[in-house]
Amino acid sequence: MCVLVDNMDAGMSTPSYLKAQTRCPLQEHFLPRKSSKENLDRFIPNRSAMDFDYAHYALMDGRKGKDQSAAVSSPSKEAYRKQLAETMNLNHTRILAFRNKPQAPVDLLPTNHSASLHQQPKSVKPRRYIPQTSERTLDAPDIVDDFYLNLLDWGSANVLAIALDHTVYLWDASTGSTSELVTIDEEKGPVTSINWAPDGRHVAIGLNNSEVQLWDSASNRQLRTLNGCHQSRVGSLAWNNHILTTGGMDGQIVNNDVRIRSHIVETYRGHTQEVCGLKWSGSGQQLASGGNDNVVHIWDRSVASSNSTTQWLHRLEEHTSAVKALAWCPFQANLLATGGGGGDRTIKFWNTHTGACLNSVDTGSQVCSLLWSKNERELLSSHGFTQNQLTLWKYPSMVKMAELTGHTSRVLYMAQSPDGCTVASAAGDETLRFWNVFGVPETTKKAAPKTAPEPFSHVNRIR
Amino acid sequence: MASKTAAAKDIITLHGSAAIVSEFFCYAANSILYNRAVYPEESFVKVKKYGLPMLLIEDESVKSFMSNLTSQISEWLEAGKLQRVVLVIMSKATGEVLERWNFRIETDTEVVDKGVPREKSDKEIMREIQAIMRQVASSVTYLPCLDETCVFDVLAYTDTDVAVPFTWVDSDPKLIANPQMVKLHGFDTKIHKVDTLVSYKNDEWDEEE
Repeated sequence: MCVLVDNMDAGMSTPSYLKAQTRCPLQEHFLPRKSSKENLDRFIPNRSAMDFDYAHYALMDGRKGKDQSAAVSSPSKEAYRKQLAETMNLNHTRILAFRNKPQAPVDLLPTNHSASLHQQPKSVKPRRYIPQTSERTLDAPDIVDDFYLNLLDWGSANVLAIALDHTVYLWDASTGSTSELVTIDEEKGPVTSINWAPDGRHVAIGLNNSEVQLWDSASNRQLRTLNGCHQSRVGSLAWNNHILTTGGMDGQIVNNDVRIRSHIVETYRGHTQEVCGLKWSGSGQQLASGGNDNVVHIWDRSVASSNSTTQWLHRLEEHTSAVKALAWCPFQANLLATGGGGGDRTIKFWNTHTGACLNSVDTGSQVCSLLWSKNERELLSSHGFTQNQLTLWKYPSMVKMAELTGHTSRVLYMAQSPDGCTVASAAGDETLRFWNVFGVPETTKKAAPKTAPEPFSHVNRIR
Repeated sequence: MASKTAAAKDIITLHGSAAIVSEFFCYAANSILYNRAVYPEESFVKVKKYGLPMLLIEDESVKSFMSNLTSQISEWLEAGKLQRVVLVIMSKATGEVLERWNFRIETDTEVVDKGVPREKSDKEIMREIQAIMRQVASSVTYLPCLDETCVFDVLAYTDTDVAVPFTWVDSDPKLIANPQMVKLHGFDTKIHKVDTLVSYKNDEWDEEE
């Protein structure tokens, strides 16, 4: 038997064949036995977690890429380089396992592969099951199939508001009951946008005739009408505390203070065509707007004055199609994800502080809407032709984690439940579907007790 | 074998190489399962392959798992998207990864892109594979005993742009903490180069005490 120890085992003092003879767990001399359990006062490297090749690369200021050219250096260096090139690509590697596992040798249930107890610094959370079908499907007759509108929103009081042609319906997610909020007059409608205020009680409704109505959902009463902000339909709305920002087909964006009589406090000019995407950042400091003119603007509240012509903080022109999908990242400040329409089909990531484009991913289908997960580092995008699917991406690797199909026409509208677990999507196929795509925070906690016994059983064997 | 007919046999195409590698993987996996006693001896049947008596498992579910695997691996190999295949042996009770058989694959991208064939004698590839199989069989001498009931799984490391059928899911790498590693022989079809490495969990640390 000829057993060769790979050179990449840098630092391994004893070849394995010696081990076989002595049957004694010879450790590398810099690695004391119980290193992984006790944190002694020197740095104990963890082999499996160490990216040897990267470490070598970092130390040696190594070369990049798959170097096929003949190595001047020794074969070991060549092996290093090859391994290095391969490992460098690890960010571009997907690890797959076949779904249907073979039967275990003894006739009992197969093991749960999820309970892995190795001490990787990266979390080995069990991969949660993402149901491929919608959990619930509701009818949404007469929903307007227009890309530029925003007809779905889920409020913080767990009530979903959806606009079907001239009528706004409220669906209480906790009880499953539906109620009609209002039916707009024929000449004013249809409803072109809908957005819940942060309090989850008041809702703003944008109309085709450029009016914006403010309603109290608890008493089913209209509180006020905002007139004069726009000359044509109001396709997008976004709340920032007491400021309601409206985006119109005229390309204008107006900040309205809903508490005062003359509500228009500021107007942002910059878009030359309909403003279909409008989102305030989590901090409320920046506003992202996307238009039919393929441009994304970032507006900053600290850049004041409606007198100057160029007020935007950034003008992002990389998209080649209308940008309706906008989503601010909840776990990373100044990170905005934008999605382009039919001619563009990409999702782009931006640093809104510097205006730099961090990443661009071709999705193959028009991006109608984007939602970030509140629980994980994941992004959900909704698409149109041909699959009409919702795609769940891992961030930042942008690996596709799931593709949810069911809709038979482009998924124009998406909203997230306040607990962050469920996503509602509506499409021109007149259905409103609910997907348990983001998982439940409790399940990740449940996994911990499962793995907890393992380290203890390990300790028993040592002593 | 310097005859002209043998020269024709020496041409390896991408398709042929992919077939060789996926077939190798199937037999190697079966051999590992037999030698590491993941499945009882009686569930295996002897066949002749690579000039050696190779063992193949009879169990239907494992057989279908293997065949699905090999066909998918073959597909990925032809596309040049497969980076490595890992056979993981885990304890059934605790799910702890005990052994990891790592088959790293290097694809000659020129062949994938342009479809040029390569030349290598069939016999030589056979010889290389034989050597690996013999090594796997003899690995029992140094690999720690697997006392408990074990199950296995196969992971495929692919490029991110690969087309993944829904029968495959994303997985974590199932690494072993502080493993011992032994490099085995590899083989090369001139289109695909396969390296074999087995890493296993260290034996009980308290044995020294």
